Amino acid sequence: MLILECPYCGVMADETDLHGGGEAHLKRFGPGSSDDDFETYLFHRKNPKGVHFERWRHVSGCGKWFHAARNTMTLEVYGTYPAQTYEPPKDLVAKIKKKHPEWGGYE
Amino acid sequence: MRRYSAFAIAREAARYHTGWERAWKSPKPKKKYDVVIVGAGGHGLATAYYLGKNFGITNVAIIEKGWLGGGNTGRNTTIIRSNYLQDPSAAIYEKARSLYETMSQDLNYNVMFSPRGVMMLAQTEHEVRGYERTAHANALQGVKTEFISPQRVKELVPIMNINGPRYPVLGALWQERAGTARHDAVAWGYARACSDMGMDIIQKCEVTGVRQANGVVTGVDTTHGQIDCDKLAMVVAGNAGHLADMAGFRLPMESVALQALVSEPIKPCIDVVVMANTVHGYMSQSDKGELVIGGGTDGFNNYTQRGSFHHVEETVRALVETFPIISRLKMLRQWGGIVDVTGDRSPIIGKTPLGNCFINCGWGTGGFKSIPGSGWAMAETVAKGEPGSLAAEFGLNRFSEGRFIDESVAAGVAH
Repeated sequence: MLILECPYCGVMADETDLHGGGEAHLKRFGPGSSDDDFETYLFHRKNPKGVHFERWRHVSGCGKWFHAARNTMTLEVYGTYPAQTYEPPKDLVAKIKKKHPEWGGYE
Repeated sequence: MRRYSAFAIAREAARYHTGWERAWKSPKPKKKYDVVIVGAGGHGLATAYYLGKNFGITNVAIIEKGWLGGGNTGRNTTIIRSNYLQDPSAAIYEKARSLYETMSQDLNYNVMFSPRGVMMLAQTEHEVRGYERTAHANALQGVKTEFISPQRVKELVPIMNINGPRYPVLGALWQERAGTARHDAVAWGYARACSDMGMDIIQKCEVTGVRQANGVVTGVDTTHGQIDCDKLAMVVAGNAGHLADMAGFRLPMESVALQALVSEPIKPCIDVVVMANTVHGYMSQSDKGELVIGGGTDGFNNYTQRGSFHHVEETVRALVETFPIISRLKMLRQWGGIVDVTGDRSPIIGKTPLGNCFINCGWGTGGFKSIPGSGWAMAETVAKGEPGSLAAEFGLNRFSEGRFIDESVAAGVAH
């Protein structure tokens, strides 16, 4: 069972207390943007085999949105961090990179 | 190819079964093919079969990273139905269902198609209205379904508790000619027929790269070396996004795990397929007597082919509520498959940004039932270079044009 630590309330929550919110750090496009940008924002997802940055919500707990770095091949969790950011924390990226030198890094 | 028949069984019985030949050959890949199909699951093999049968294209290789039919073709709950609301989905699934009816004769391979009927329970007023609407839509589409009363439900499935405390059964959408088939046999039957037409099925051969020149595909790099082709068809589930990545374009989809389980075998107790979408469980009984149960998808990206345990618990809880007599049964096996779910939950069949590369993917949780229809439509698309009437609405461009098929074909629930 997937267990993530909520970065706000510190609870180790299992997946029945959580709700997945899909890919994190999407660049949003609104009215006036090109069709391609709008399509990419709405539908295209990275869907990687390996390291994935995601949004999660602690629904049966504090109710807050947060981010998690997770591996889709092994289900390993690298860490969680608050939602108020446009990209993953550098130390977390460095930690994953150290563990998986072949990983291309966050882009 | 020696045909299978009652006479063949008698002949082989008389000579200690020494005359059976391998159902399909496992050749070394040639340097070049007219069409290379990536993925030897049901959809890939069906695509190859109809390329040969309908269009006479037989210089075809079907390459598979694992073993034939070892992906979702061998991991589903074998349900076949076509009671969809929207015209494009009803058309392709009804084509598939009708092809299943004659598949055993067509392939000379017993796929054990069993039109036992599929019943989708309505347990809320919204579902009643929704299924009545679907039944009317099906009448216009030429798909035979009807909305039946709770009494008729009880007659068809005596083991069901239609007066449950939470969600009593208010009726059901009933498709009499829907049912189940032997999933492995579908892949094996197509493989045997493809091999007989001279196509090469190459197993344990993983694609590692897509070769391109001037905006068209020239071939693929594989673990068995380079294979050139005039046309490339990507017909994979679970890894379509990964493959598209190699070819340099992105797909509007995400991969999640869907799981299923079977109980210990018991005497025959239910001879239709029952789907209960409100409480979320679906069940049928296999010829071996096992109850075949479909679970839910996980709510996060996953490539591990195993699902979360709490979905098993939820599904079994719902089914015990619906069928109280199964409460003491033990579950024998549980497994998972990776399904590709698109932005509008409907599949993608059609052209890609690369001129001679075609894609068939995103069947989500509804792939098995569509195999022959999907193969039929994909073969037409590959052979003619343009999608035909069955595939036209399922193009990749519908996401940029906003022409969605609002069906939830692969909603991550019952299929």
